[in-house]
Amino acid sequence: MSAQTSDTAFDLVVVGGGPGGYVAAIRAAQLGLDVALVEREHLGGICLNWGCIPTKALLRSAEVYHLAKSASEFGLKIKEIEVDINAIIQRSRKIAKQLNSGVGHLLKKNKVEVLTGHGRLLGKGRLAIEVEGAAVMELSAKHIILATGARARELPGMEADGKQIWNYRHALVADTVPEKLLVVGSGAIGIEFASFFNTLGSDVTVVEVLDRVLPVEDEEISAMAQKAFEKQGMRLLTGVQVKSLKKAAGAVTASLEVQGGKSEAVTADRVIMAVGIVGNVEDLGLENTKAVVERAHVLVDPWLATGEPGLYAIGDLAGPPWLAHKASHEGVICVEKIAGVAGVHPLNVMNVPGCTYCQPQIASVGLTEAAARAAGHKVRVGRFPFIGNGKAIALGDPEGMIKTVFDETNGELLGAHMIGPEVTELIQGYAVARSTESTEAELLHTVFPHPTLSEAMHESVLDAMGRAIHF
Amino acid sequence: MPIIITMPALSPTMTEGTLAKWLMKEGDPVNSGDMLAEIETDKATMEVEAIDEGILGRILIDEGTEGVAVNAPIAILLEEGEDASALDNAVPATTATTTTTAAAPAPAAAAAPPTPATAGTAPAAAPSVAPAAAAASGGRILASPLARRMAAQAGLDLAAVNGSGPRGRIVKADIEAAIAGAGAEAAPGAKTTTAAAAPTAPLPGASPFEGEFELQPLSTMRKTIARRMSEAKREAPHFYLTMDCELDALLALRKDLNGRADGAFKLSVNDLVIKAAAVALMKVPDANVGYGSDGIRRYKSADISVAVASTRGLITPVIRNANGKGLEAISSEMRELAAKANDGKLMPEEYQGGSFSISNLGMYGIKQFDAVINIPQACILAVGAGEQRPVVKDGALAIATVMSVTLSVDHRAVDGAIGARYLAAFRGLIEDPMTMLL
Repeated sequence: MSAQTSDTAFDLVVVGGGPGGYVAAIRAAQLGLDVALVEREHLGGICLNWGCIPTKALLRSAEVYHLAKSASEFGLKIKEIEVDINAIIQRSRKIAKQLNSGVGHLLKKNKVEVLTGHGRLLGKGRLAIEVEGAAVMELSAKHIILATGARARELPGMEADGKQIWNYRHALVADTVPEKLLVVGSGAIGIEFASFFNTLGSDVTVVEVLDRVLPVEDEEISAMAQKAFEKQGMRLLTGVQVKSLKKAAGAVTASLEVQGGKSEAVTADRVIMAVGIVGNVEDLGLENTKAVVERAHVLVDPWLATGEPGLYAIGDLAGPPWLAHKASHEGVICVEKIAGVAGVHPLNVMNVPGCTYCQPQIASVGLTEAAARAAGHKVRVGRFPFIGNGKAIALGDPEGMIKTVFDETNGELLGAHMIGPEVTELIQGYAVARSTESTEAELLHTVFPHPTLSEAMHESVLDAMGRAIHF
Repeated sequence: MPIIITMPALSPTMTEGTLAKWLMKEGDPVNSGDMLAEIETDKATMEVEAIDEGILGRILIDEGTEGVAVNAPIAILLEEGEDASALDNAVPATTATTTTTAAAPAPAAAAAPPTPATAGTAPAAAPSVAPAAAAASGGRILASPLARRMAAQAGLDLAAVNGSGPRGRIVKADIEAAIAGAGAEAAPGAKTTTAAAAPTAPLPGASPFEGEFELQPLSTMRKTIARRMSEAKREAPHFYLTMDCELDALLALRKDLNGRADGAFKLSVNDLVIKAAAVALMKVPDANVGYGSDGIRRYKSADISVAVASTRGLITPVIRNANGKGLEAISSEMRELAAKANDGKLMPEEYQGGSFSISNLGMYGIKQFDAVINIPQACILAVGAGEQRPVVKDGALAIATVMSVTLSVDHRAVDGAIGARYLAAFRGLIEDPMTMLL
């Protein structure tokens, strides 16, 4: 299989070293394929360098700060506590760096050839590697996987300048805790930064064009999140569109239009734009192929194949949900299909959990209650608030709830929606239930350890059957 | 730990195949990349490549065995330093469930527990237990809790359902498919534990007065043809449009072009028909479509499936982008594909996914016929023989070489007027063939 005719011929070339690309490359190497990985900037991609991981580092600092400030509730006295934004950012960068070199080691260990540069398709099974716009190498490959990811969507006239208007990348290396911060967009990225800076003391306003925050989540969860954020002093404006941003020395003024045409102006030191992302489809040479690009994403079949034989696209590039774990999973599926591994299954996006690491945390998998009803299911809904959970009370964090949605006819767990302490760690239990096709019966018979937050997961299922014990 | 080699899935739709031939025998040393066996899939013959190395310890499925389920163990590979005694522990009990062409598929006698000890050594090592076989032997049927409940609610016997999940586990999608297919296929409650029909079983409606015959088992290809043609006639409401095309100008052009070829190529009438059909699709793109329950697929290029009567049966290799290809390219590609079809060597990407089909029986002297649509495509053009016929020209009787073509159309996707416009465009190109070269 690995008939290597020269140094530049591979079974598989992966373009992009993010969580989709590097996982695909390692899995392919495990299966005996001769693999090269092309990365233009840094291994680990956005996720590890400018996304998931460094934001988690920041949010942890915010959490520790929040706990330290509430020390007296826990019987502790802390005299003085101060935010050092530079040290917080440094810690976050150090963690990203550590993981970045970790990925390098993993690739090396698995004998993946890592090539630095920009990959450009030249036609069937051929790829040029460019450095500073000049081709330095030409590769041939039986299979090429594109995993070039995505970047922040820009709105015309509101482009991030890194000074007064930030995107996620600028916010990750913030030089200051802005006194007044405006966050445009209330998806996971917007809300996480809003939560971070709000905890550190910024006066935060979030603007969302849709009628609720975190609009992909279940409506009840959105409503609870909004209440929790407002209690923390955040200002949330929903159904509001930003018409323009005017920069002046020391301040940016946003002119907002409320549904119905009324307008309002908000002034802030900094603005974070978090209005979605677009796939990195440009400059890949896709025009030389039969691959179809639609709305800044490459169209793929359930096996991640594009319209061009031997060319595949995974992760953010192949469309939503834009999640690192979805990209990694697609990478594995794509490679196993290429290698002819028996029993490979396409990804069911309904089984992909989503997490937002704000305070309180939010996590979900499967259909929202509204989506389940719209799909024609007769549903049974269970709800359990963390105020009924001993561990949550002991932690001093009893805000939030767990909601489960079942099909009334056959007991399928259609979706689970959580808000509260550590729910991003808990959601996996329901994800396993989804992927193994458990019904309420298996969940009812599962023993959940006491005292843990996970008991609330059990109680939510019990509640769906009208049997909750502790509420 | 001996490595179990399982039946590979060589195409996404493959659920079973025929183990046509072993290329190695027990005791042979195996290197990664060696060809182990030939597998006959839906439509082609492919070779199974070894992923691991070792000694071919035991062949579990004899060559010539039909209906071998994907993921079923077919052989055991001994790793370096292992002796034959390791084989007996490794042999999954499922071996007993396989059948040969000679024998009716007998349910397994042995219990068939999964053999987790072999998992993890190699990707191909995950043994799968055919659920149906396990059921017949009184073993455990692997099914998800949701699948079990849905089957119970639908009155469906799990033993009659094929599992597509991990290790052949029956999952929700399998139950949904079984319920959806129940009307078309055998009664779901029936205790038909194997998909492959017993070759010795009497045909439905067999009469005691039926004469003596020799029963030829169905090849995988024959089964596929049977399934696809029945599906097309059952699902697609066919209607037919016939038109006569005068061929004299086209024959003259062909002669002229072949005269210039200097032996480099020889265009057939069929090559020109392929080109004309493709160019006509570009003129009438409403005919270049396929029907799906989710919507009409409007194909962007004219990928022409050309029916080829190979020695093994009917198959339709695809000339992709035929509208954009020159006649010489079409001609040489067609020759190559037809040769591969005869050898059973077509790859799935070479015979799947066309946008329009052509079936030409002109060379057999057939004047006109109606073809069965190659779904999901909406149209197939049946091409008859070019023959001299009396025609009326300017009010006088004359002789012309005339070819009758019949377009079979799936009325779910294409209406009569579009079919008629397509045929008119096709005839225009055939009768004024220089225009298709523009």
